[in-house]
Amino acid sequence: MSMNRREFMKANAAIAAAGVAGMALPATASNLITSSEQTKLEWNKAPCRFCGTGCSVIVATRDGKVVATHGDAKSEVNKGLNCVKGYFLSKIMYGRDRLQTPMLRMTDGKYDKNGEFTPVSWDMAFDTMAEKWKKTIKAKGPTAVGMFGSGQWTVWEGYAAVKLMKAGFGSNNIDPNARHCMASAVGGFMRTFGIDEPMGCYDDMEAADAFVLWGSNMAEMHPILWTRVTDRRLSAPHVKVAVLSTFQHRSFDLADLPIVFTPQTDLAMLNFIANYIIQNDKVDKDFISKHVNFRKGETDIGYGLRASHPLQKKAKNVDTAGDSTPIDFEEFKKFVADYDVESVSKLSGVPEHKLIELAELYADPKKKVTSFWTMGFNQHTRGVWCNNLIYNIHLLVGKISTPGNSPFSLTGQPSACGTAREVGTFSHRLPADMVVTNPKHRKLAEDIWNIPSGIIPPKPGYHAVEQNRRLKDGDLNCYWVQVNNNMQAAANMNEEGLPGYRNPDNFIVVSDAYPTVTTQAGDLILPSAMWVEKEGAYGNAERRTQFWHQMVQAPGESMSDLWQLMEFSKRFTTDEVWSKDVLDANPEFKGKTLFEVLYQNGNVEKFPLSDTDPKFMNNEAKHFGFYVQKGLFEEYAEFGRGHGHDLADFDRYHTEHGLRWPVVDGKETKWRFREGADPYVKAGKGFEFYGKPDGKAVIFALPYEPAPEMPDEEFDIWLSTGRVLEHWHSGSMTQRVPELYKAFPDAVCFMHPDDAKKRGLRRGDEVKVISRRGEIKTRVETRGRNKPPVGLVFVPWFDASQLINKVTLDATDPLSKQTDFKKCAVKIVKA
Amino acid sequence: MKAGKILSMIALLGFSFSLMAASVPEEKIATLRLAPIEVEPTPPAMQKVINSDVKQVRNYPMQPPVIPHRIDGYQIDLKVNKCMQCHARNSTGHSQAPMVSVTHYMDRENNFLASLSPRRYYCTQCHVSQLDAKILVENDFVDVKELMKHSSTTEH
Repeated sequence: MSMNRREFMKANAAIAAAGVAGMALPATASNLITSSEQTKLEWNKAPCRFCGTGCSVIVATRDGKVVATHGDAKSEVNKGLNCVKGYFLSKIMYGRDRLQTPMLRMTDGKYDKNGEFTPVSWDMAFDTMAEKWKKTIKAKGPTAVGMFGSGQWTVWEGYAAVKLMKAGFGSNNIDPNARHCMASAVGGFMRTFGIDEPMGCYDDMEAADAFVLWGSNMAEMHPILWTRVTDRRLSAPHVKVAVLSTFQHRSFDLADLPIVFTPQTDLAMLNFIANYIIQNDKVDKDFISKHVNFRKGETDIGYGLRASHPLQKKAKNVDTAGDSTPIDFEEFKKFVADYDVESVSKLSGVPEHKLIELAELYADPKKKVTSFWTMGFNQHTRGVWCNNLIYNIHLLVGKISTPGNSPFSLTGQPSACGTAREVGTFSHRLPADMVVTNPKHRKLAEDIWNIPSGIIPPKPGYHAVEQNRRLKDGDLNCYWVQVNNNMQAAANMNEEGLPGYRNPDNFIVVSDAYPTVTTQAGDLILPSAMWVEKEGAYGNAERRTQFWHQMVQAPGESMSDLWQLMEFSKRFTTDEVWSKDVLDANPEFKGKTLFEVLYQNGNVEKFPLSDTDPKFMNNEAKHFGFYVQKGLFEEYAEFGRGHGHDLADFDRYHTEHGLRWPVVDGKETKWRFREGADPYVKAGKGFEFYGKPDGKAVIFALPYEPAPEMPDEEFDIWLSTGRVLEHWHSGSMTQRVPELYKAFPDAVCFMHPDDAKKRGLRRGDEVKVISRRGEIKTRVETRGRNKPPVGLVFVPWFDASQLINKVTLDATDPLSKQTDFKKCAVKIVKA
Repeated sequence: MKAGKILSMIALLGFSFSLMAASVPEEKIATLRLAPIEVEPTPPAMQKVINSDVKQVRNYPMQPPVIPHRIDGYQIDLKVNKCMQCHARNSTGHSQAPMVSVTHYMDRENNFLASLSPRRYYCTQCHVSQLDAKILVENDFVDVKELMKHSSTTEH
């Protein structure tokens, strides 16, 4: 180990000499293996397991193990690059504590809510689950069972789950953790454009003259997209980058225009920019006259807290939060006129000249501008408004749907778009942007699924935050969590999540590859296959659908979520879960299992096992006897084909490095809503926002309203939470990779040195972060990558031993039901 | 033989986990926490950055090497890139630091550039230093070298 270079060379000289002398050395003694057979690796493509960027990676396998990964040079997304997490994908499946068998809380051989986790067979696990589900459905109906899924589900897993819940159990109580990250973006898209997901694509980055980051730390959270922004900025000196946040972070290193603002005042800054554009006569009048309607939204809509909360009682328009009325341009102009530079500067703490410089990036007709946002906008009690307001700006100047002009909502999860949004695993949604509240949509879904009408309930189910509240209240009693760690991830753990899971009336099932805090709070743990241990599909932030094959076997008795969902469905017959009326009207469904009804419905089992690629494993196809993934995908694709959500044929995705939908006549679509780029825009229209019946997008008049909880005398400092580069979400994968763990082992409280000094604290001191709801212990960090202003601290949430969501507030956007994880009031005291 | 041993050792470790898991109390199940959810553990003292300058062997050739030294306060922004003061091709003579990989001189289309590719400008997106922290969970990733040894011994 301590050998220096010269000694090392000397020691190796013997081997070299032997080689020259023609002596036969055993293979192991040689330092170079030249047999191609021995050095051969099997290489195949897969999307990265982590964020919504959707980098493609090439995975090397040998002898049943993943041995290396590297960036896919052929992928348009990342062109051979990965971030540090992506480069370590090879190791995420090999944490020594992989779950190997189902484990049920038991005492003396019997299920006990307070028992110890004991290995059981899959049969025993499913038997116990089925018994609980049946008893609960019988006693309380389908609204007492629920499921919490994920934007990390593969497309077909999410689709199989929606079918099981909505078409099988007749319950809309299914929601993804994407509710925590993308719901406000969805709400914004639906409200402004009537159709979900970005109009532009990543190609915008090579065409833009200016980038504006609104509450997005791309340098850490979307590193590969940041390499593209950096590439553009440093290659073309005229390009400007504005970075807006409530604290300074790594993205500021590239900023020409760095802006730190007071939390919640983004609403006012957005309206100021609209006002500035109008006052300076920079409105694209032709564009707005042809393609835009104006509306005024409801205000004073509350904060998505429990109805008993004083703030909810005080709010006037909780029940009509989503309403709006038509106005004209003049009324809009008058509405935003209040947001002048002086008052907005005062409110936001941003100097006037910076606000004007920012507004100019949008107003200057010669500048192509791309706006990026992530959780700063979406995790916001006015998140949908933020999304609406940024679209306002792009629409006013007609900077949309053309290369470089792009309001771009980034996603946090690998398939938040592909699975959560497109498949519609939300409590109010169905595939292809359809909703359960619309009778036509329900009918269409029931027809495609070949189930009787009346199975899908018209009322939306419990959304993520409501699920935790209902678990606590005892209204939701059987609950299945897959591919996420919501005990660690959801806000206000002490008052909602934990009492909900531990409520003695409830039975909580958690499927995961690793033991997490959520499994700890659960009653039954199911071991899951992950990533390339199964065949999968993800959809990234630019509408790109990517497939991968199963390359290795999962350890022990781990099974994919797909297998789990489908196997569980075998344990129910229609008579046990559907109403008598429906069965009497459709007697052919009597006595059938949910498996038969949902997955042997004439569609899903259509493709034989022989259609699978013999080069790869496919545990599910082998087990069920048909190409499950293809059947599910092709049935699902029926929802969107011909309706603006066209997906290509299943097989094609296995040969492509992803395709951006709508895929029409075999061609992907880079920019939607623009004639010539989007086949759905009618000739002569120029632009057409066809998600709306009249083809026009909506500009919304919406005000600044304060945050629900702000620092006061006792809780005197803002808390923002978020991620760090090296760890993805709750760290359950990345914390098990030694190199990533050691790069950022423990969460810390990033704090301004003056704030530390004021409290008698120094870097490294142990402190408590305390809110009205709970506290954690952590250590003070006054240096490092995040530099909060005085009055704000930042604590990342990846650390299972520092559960910062004990401290956060479960206030949500009343429209999107997404939690604001970025703002609450805390105090910091020495521990 | 040796690799076979390693493999069976790994199998054994997996086995011993499931044995250990014969019955696991709630507070022992979440390996990254090992405390009841209600209890707030004391956070470990802040660790120091490993500053040995000793290279760590890569897990596979494409892995970005970890940084074997402190980078506190290193400036990498619009004005300056501190890392390149030692790791740029023409700096390695005086610094004797490894030159950044040739891939770092290539653009998106794999054309070679005269200097560092702007897409590779922010070193810390891929390269991280390591803190002197005790890992919580072992990782059983197997180096391909071990698998090769295994197949060469089984083939002969």
